Amino acid sequence: MNVLTDNFSVYGEGFLGTVELTFFASLLALALGFVMASFRVAPVGSLRVIGTVWVTVLRNTPLTLLFFAVLLGLPRFGLVLPFNVFAVLALGCYTSAFICEALRSGINTVPRGQGEAARSLGMTFSQTLSNVVLPQAFRTVIPPIGSTLIALAKNSAIAGAFSVTELLGTYKTLGELGYDVIWTFVWIAVGYLIITLAISAVFNVLERKWGVPR
Amino acid sequence: MAFDPLIEPLIELRDVNKHYGDLHVLQGINLTVSRGEVVVVIGPSGSGKSTLCRAINRLESIESGAIHLEGRPLPEEGRALAELRAEVGMVFQSFNLFAHKTVLQNVSLAQIKVRRRKREDADRRSRELLERVGLAAHADKYPAQLSGGQQQRVAIARALAMEPTALLFDEPTSALDPEMINEVLEVMRQLAREGMTMVVVTHEMGFARSAANRVIFMADGRIVEDRPPEEFFTDPRSERAKDFLSKILKH
Repeated sequence: MNVLTDNFSVYGEGFLGTVELTFFASLLALALGFVMASFRVAPVGSLRVIGTVWVTVLRNTPLTLLFFAVLLGLPRFGLVLPFNVFAVLALGCYTSAFICEALRSGINTVPRGQGEAARSLGMTFSQTLSNVVLPQAFRTVIPPIGSTLIALAKNSAIAGAFSVTELLGTYKTLGELGYDVIWTFVWIAVGYLIITLAISAVFNVLERKWGVPR
Repeated sequence: MAFDPLIEPLIELRDVNKHYGDLHVLQGINLTVSRGEVVVVIGPSGSGKSTLCRAINRLESIESGAIHLEGRPLPEEGRALAELRAEVGMVFQSFNLFAHKTVLQNVSLAQIKVRRRKREDADRRSRELLERVGLAAHADKYPAQLSGGQQQRVAIARALAMEPTALLFDEPTSALDPEMINEVLEVMRQLAREGMTMVVVTHEMGFARSAANRVIFMADGRIVEDRPPEEFFTDPRSERAKDFLSKILKH
């Protein structure tokens, strides 16, 4: 029971590590997912191909394999970064494929005619997307994007296996110190709950503010 | 050479062809529309009349032939096409108002984004146009709060806000309840009287008779007749047109 109070700094560091990973990887995933979703609905064929390849490759690669590819692969091309930056890259790119598809399903809920009306008024593709289609798509994709980011928070545990400080990894330190395994994991689970419930709360607020009334 | 409205037609289609799979939906279409003309396109469903209308501002691409607007060929894609579309307004069967924006914002949006007007100027003009279609009191409502007829009048105001040189109507009253058709047709008649160039795909024969300069009858992807409305309705030449008119004018 006193595993938490005795090792508050260890837990704290791990917790902050997971929060950081989740936060920065989420930003990267949202930005990349947005770009790729735009590509996938673009009128230019080559952009659609890039978007489709991006989603297909990243969505179908096991995340652990992707971590290996980034952490071992990129240094071979001379790109050496801190491990936690590599972890953000791997997590962000992986999750962006799911964000992209959630956004695209939202885009498909906006009636085609509204896009046609915008174009018939002389608006360009990007104007149509940013002023007419995405604001309406955004409202319907709030719940699935929330779920995707919660999955991202939990997936960040894989980074622990690559010597990045994060919450799950604390069990090794505490296990070596001889603390009870069950309580060690209970407090780790509580840590994850705090993060994922916080994400849920944020998305509940967003949904109440922007969601489509039905 | 500069565009001369006295010599060149505003809209010109030359030998335009398009397929949907095996269906040859536009077959060698030739059509010219002069400035100020009101051309009504009628015909049985599947005759290609909506596709023709949508091809004029390239919401549908064509496979061969040429479409010219004010003497210039229709651009393929990109900014040049967007600029040209701003000159040709379009009114759809399903209104297609932006659901997340108010009536006023619907009419102002493209003025601000495409014509680069200041918001106050755009809103002022939008209110004038809404006044003209009889909807000034509804400026701050959302499209879903309006009736079909009111939504379509907003859509007309939205198209007019760009000060287009021509307006295309793709079955503007087909999705409306009968009692709302007239309020939309009245706005269209008024535009016709003011000299707006219009291409109207419709099943409203009363409108064709009263407002059109020419009636185009289409069947199976071809223009079968192209004549003044009175002549066409009293003395159709083709069997297809006789058959069509006998079916719709009986009741």
